[in-house]
Amino acid sequence: MSLLSISALRKSFVSPEGARKTIVDVPQFSLAAGQHLALRGESGSGKTTFLHLVAGILTADSGSVQIGDSDMAVLSEHARDRLRAESVGYIFQTFNLLQGYSCLENVLLGMAFGAGGADPGRATAMLERVGLAQRLRHYPRQLSTGQQQRVAVARALANHPKLVLADEPTGNLDRKNAREALALIRETCRENGASLLLVSHDPEVLGAFEEVQDFSEINRVLKEVAS
Amino acid sequence: MTLLLIIRRSLRQHAFSTTITALAIALAGGLLMSVWVVKEQAQKTFTQVNTGFDAVLGARSSKLQLVLNAIFHLEASPGNVASADFEFIKKHPAVKLAIPIAVGDNLRGFRIVGTVPELFSDVEYATGRKFSLEGGKLFDPAAREAVLGSFAAQKLRLKIGDEFHPFHGLAFDEKNQHAETYVVTGVLAPSNTPADKVVWIPLHGLQTMTGHDPKVATDVSAVLIQLRSPAAGFMLDLMYNKQGNRLTFAYPIGAIMAELFQKISWFDQVLTLIAYLVALVSAAGVLAAIYNSMAARRRDIAILRALGAGRLLLFSAIVLESAVIGALGMLAAFAVYAGILTGVSAVIRTQTGVLLETFIYNPVMWWAPLGMIGLCALCGLLPAWKAYRTDLAENLSPLS
Repeated sequence: MSLLSISALRKSFVSPEGARKTIVDVPQFSLAAGQHLALRGESGSGKTTFLHLVAGILTADSGSVQIGDSDMAVLSEHARDRLRAESVGYIFQTFNLLQGYSCLENVLLGMAFGAGGADPGRATAMLERVGLAQRLRHYPRQLSTGQQQRVAVARALANHPKLVLADEPTGNLDRKNAREALALIRETCRENGASLLLVSHDPEVLGAFEEVQDFSEINRVLKEVAS
Repeated sequence: MTLLLIIRRSLRQHAFSTTITALAIALAGGLLMSVWVVKEQAQKTFTQVNTGFDAVLGARSSKLQLVLNAIFHLEASPGNVASADFEFIKKHPAVKLAIPIAVGDNLRGFRIVGTVPELFSDVEYATGRKFSLEGGKLFDPAAREAVLGSFAAQKLRLKIGDEFHPFHGLAFDEKNQHAETYVVTGVLAPSNTPADKVVWIPLHGLQTMTGHDPKVATDVSAVLIQLRSPAAGFMLDLMYNKQGNRLTFAYPIGAIMAELFQKISWFDQVLTLIAYLVALVSAAGVLAAIYNSMAARRRDIAILRALGAGRLLLFSAIVLESAVIGALGMLAAFAVYAGILTGVSAVIRTQTGVLLETFIYNPVMWWAPLGMIGLCALCGLLPAWKAYRTDLAENLSPLS
C-alpha cells in the first residue's frame, strides 16, 4: 500500500521572457509507507519544485498527489496547510530555522499547526534524540551548522509525519557532519515509521541508500532534454 | 498560544524599532491625554472658583476684568468704588455679605490686597471650607500687620514675625518701595484658590499707604458679594448695569469665566487637533516600522507557512503585534501624562494660585488608549496584508 502516489503531475512557470516553461512532468510515482528512497538530481532539475508540489507548498497545474487519503493537488490552501502540518516533515538544505526562536521553540513550531498542537515533552525528547539536550534554550546562531541541521531534523519529525521530505539535507555540511546528519535522518524516520523521500546530487549520500532512482527517469521534462 | 509566541518573538527580534515606536506612541498618547485633561480640568476648575462669592461690584468696566481682578487677583483694577456705594450695597436687603477689597500694591510681585477680617472668619471659599491659619493669628484691622497666603509665604520665604515694606503698583519695581513696615502675623493654610498667592493686609492700611491719594482713602477697589437669592443677582444686575452707568455688577461669576473659556475655545480646538495629528503620526510610525521590516520577516513567514501556519494566522500576528506596540506605548503614555500634568499644574499654580486636580479620573484615560491601540492595529493591516500575500516557495531559499 503506497503512502504517496503521484500521477500525471505537471507544473510550469512563466519565465521572465514570457515563455511558459514546464518544470515538472511526472506521469507516475509512488512511495510505500516506511520506504526510504533517494532521488538523484542535479540542481536545476526541478527537484525542489517537485518536493514543494508534494508538500503542497506549490500547487500543481494538473495531476494528483495522493498522501494517504488526501490529494494535495486538489485541496484548498487551508487544507494543504493542515495536511502539511500534520503529515509532512520537511528538511531543507539551508535548514530554514527561525533565528529569533530557541531550538526548543523551533521544534515546538514544527508541531504547533497540526492537530496535536505543540507538546513541549515531545519537543524536548526530539532534541534529546538528536543529541541537543543541552541546547534547548540556545538560538540557531549559537550552534554549529551540524547542530543546526539536527534541530531541523528534530523539527521535521516532531509532528509524527507520515512522510519526510529532505532536499539536499547535507548540502551545507562537511563530510563528517553530512554522514552523521544523514544517519540521523534515516534512523529517526525509521523510529517514527515515516517514509523518507530524499533528493541529492551527492554520490556519497546516494550511496547510503538501498533504493536510489534517477529523477530524470521520473520527470519527463528531463528525459526529453536528455534525448 | 502559538500566536502569542510568534508575536512575542517578533517584538523581541525587532526590539529596537519596537521600543522607538512605542516611545513615540507614549509621547503622543501622553500629550493627547494631557491636553484633554488640562483643558477640561482648567475649564471646570476656573468656572467653579469663586472663593465663596456670587458677584463682584466694581467701577464701570468689563465683568470679566472685575472677576479676574477681584477673584483671581490677575487683572488691573478698573477704578474705585466710592465709600457710599460700598455702604449702599452692604446694607442692601438682597445682599447677605459684602467684603471690600483694595488693591494697588505688591510685595516682590505678589499682590498685596487690603480687606476686612470677615473674609477669613465669615466666608466659605468652597462648600464647607473656610480659610484657616496654618500658624499665627489674623491681622488687627487697625495695625500694620499681614496674613500671607500659603503659596506667597513659601515663595517670599516669609514667616510669622518677619517684616516687609510694600511696593507701589501691581508690578514689582524696587524703586517704588513704601515707607511703611508691615509684620507677618499669620500664614493661611493652602486653600488651592487664588487667595494662596496674596499678601493680605487690613483694608485701612492699603487705603492710607503713603503716596496713595488721600482724597480717595475711603474708596475700595471692588466689593465681593454674597447674595441671599439668585433672583437678587438679576435684580442688581439690572440696577447697576442697565440703569446705572458708574459701576459694574459682575454676576454670576461662573458664567463670566465660562464665557472667557468660550472665547478662547478655538485655542483648545487647535491644541486638540494638534494632539490628534501627533497621535496619527505616531500610529503611522507603527506602519512604517513594521512595513520596513517586512523584507526581513519574509523568510520567517515563509518558514512558518512551510511548517503549516495558515496565512490568516500570520496576518493576525502582524495586526496584533501592531496593537501590542500601541498598548505598550499607551502604558508608558501614562508616565508621560503624569510628567506633563505635574509641570503644567505647577505653572498654573504659580500663575493663578489654583491647583488643578490632575490625577483625577477622566474618560480620556480609557478612550485614548483604546483608540490608539485600535489605530495601531489599523496601521498593522497594510504590513499584515503583505505578510498574507508572501509567496511561500519564493521565500524558501534557495530554489534548485
